[in-house]
Amino acid sequence: MTSDTDQSSLLGGKLSVINVGLDKFATELADHDVPVVHLDWKPPAGGDPELAALLSKMGT
Amino acid sequence: MEHTLNKVFQGFYKDSVALMRLSRDLAEMAGVNEAALMMGSPSNKQILKDAGLLADDGAAAEGGDLILAVRAIDASAAQNAANAIEPQIKSQTRTTTGDTVWQPQTIRAAAKANPDANLALISVPGEFAAAEARKAISRGLHVMMFSDNVSIEDEISLKTQALEQNVLMMGPDCGTAILEGVPLAFANNVTRGDVGIVGASGTGIQEVTSLISNNGGGISHAIGVGGRDLKDEIGGISTLMGIDRLDDDAETKHIVLISKPPGKDVLPRVMKRIKQSPKPFTVCFIGATDLNLPANATAARTLKDAAQTALGGKEFEEKISSNTSSLGGRTKIRGLYSGGTLAAETQVILLDAGLEVASNAAVPGAKNLTDDGDAHQIIDLGDDQFTQGRPHPMIDPEIRKEPLADALADNNVGVILIDIVIGYGAHPDLAGQLADMLSGMQGENDPIIIASVTGTEQDPQVRSSQISALQAAGIHVAGSNADAAIAALDMLGINS
Repeated sequence: MTSDTDQSSLLGGKLSVINVGLDKFATELADHDVPVVHLDWKPPAGGDPELAALLSKMGT
Repeated sequence: MEHTLNKVFQGFYKDSVALMRLSRDLAEMAGVNEAALMMGSPSNKQILKDAGLLADDGAAAEGGDLILAVRAIDASAAQNAANAIEPQIKSQTRTTTGDTVWQPQTIRAAAKANPDANLALISVPGEFAAAEARKAISRGLHVMMFSDNVSIEDEISLKTQALEQNVLMMGPDCGTAILEGVPLAFANNVTRGDVGIVGASGTGIQEVTSLISNNGGGISHAIGVGGRDLKDEIGGISTLMGIDRLDDDAETKHIVLISKPPGKDVLPRVMKRIKQSPKPFTVCFIGATDLNLPANATAARTLKDAAQTALGGKEFEEKISSNTSSLGGRTKIRGLYSGGTLAAETQVILLDAGLEVASNAAVPGAKNLTDDGDAHQIIDLGDDQFTQGRPHPMIDPEIRKEPLADALADNNVGVILIDIVIGYGAHPDLAGQLADMLSGMQGENDPIIIASVTGTEQDPQVRSSQISALQAAGIHVAGSNADAAIAALDMLGINS
């Protein structure tokens, strides 16, 4: 079990978000004064999903 | 002679909402018959092919390329339209917090630069979503995955990894969450309070949180888990972790669970976990019967019941006037829903009234739409058959147009039920858009339309403004989706 203030609990702490995808979600979070970083995301591995999955399993 | 033109932007990415807007602009240009802008994934190329929009250039595109596809009255009109839209495609949209200039390209870089980050919100195309989530979890981030079209194998693997790392994996296909009072993705601006929610249903969470907030209560946190979490294959991993979090949360005094009926192996595990909690629970497994609940839990048959129970059994009823005189012998209900769980709630209410119900997303006891006979039809417009290659009806309400025209023209249909789900993420004016859609369709002896508006006064669309716009268009508005379904029964002279 985690404590209420532990960062890992998610609840009871301050939300800070990495947004990966739809731009509007980042904008709406920023409007709520939530710290948010919006990734300049592009399909990884040249848009090859299988290669992207493999790379993610390798931790890259 | 009609001409199809494809232009490929290599290694160029735009998100699906931006592409929807651009596609619409392109389709409205002079001489254009049909148009789409899509990333060049195999599934998207198939959609373009089926629509007669794929030319040789597009067929050769890779998953990381953007395809502009346009079919126009002739080659010159197609080229002119493509040229006209290109500057918009290449223009940068506003991103993020305003004063941030540098944008990291990977989760690793973002997490390194922002050590306080604790949640990754992922809404990239489904085929890439699991890879991004895996990277986030391995860095100790909680994940909310809005993306759908993620395999059940990937979901099991991600949730197992999340359990090991002691982080929450909300999703895939998690449309709604409210954490620390912050609405995430498709959620509503609700009052903070002491009711915590764990839900495998986005619109279910939206309806219950909004009803609680609109009737004097408040929400501590609402944790979405994705629609499949309580299937036996997944084992309810995120639901059980969500209950743990809310159990530990001092602000949460009452916990509400919302889902379709769980798998038979998962159900006893959830019941056991509820029993271990010192907090009272409301359990709304829509369509489930004979739940053997522990003493600290109360069953709710509908979303409205769940909200009322969470507020100590407070009744919030908003009856609307019924007028059966204009139905002209038409006896059927047709539901046209953007929210799958709202469609399920209506099915349950109709079934409980002893009616025959058919749906493309049938709850236990309802028939499949294909063999409906003359049953009442409840249609989930968010289902894959309607959303293949296009956004969800809460973003793109045009999906409702054709089924609405069909329902209005059907002499058996006496009442049409419609859900308007507002809040963050949703279309800015669903009620106005519906009113515009109807103005070109309605005749003299049309069915009665009853709607409900899921959301709050604090939402960007403002609930009361949406209600006024609906009423101005001659639409009856009920206080909740359940009330709308009950009003439909009243208008047809059926006792609920």
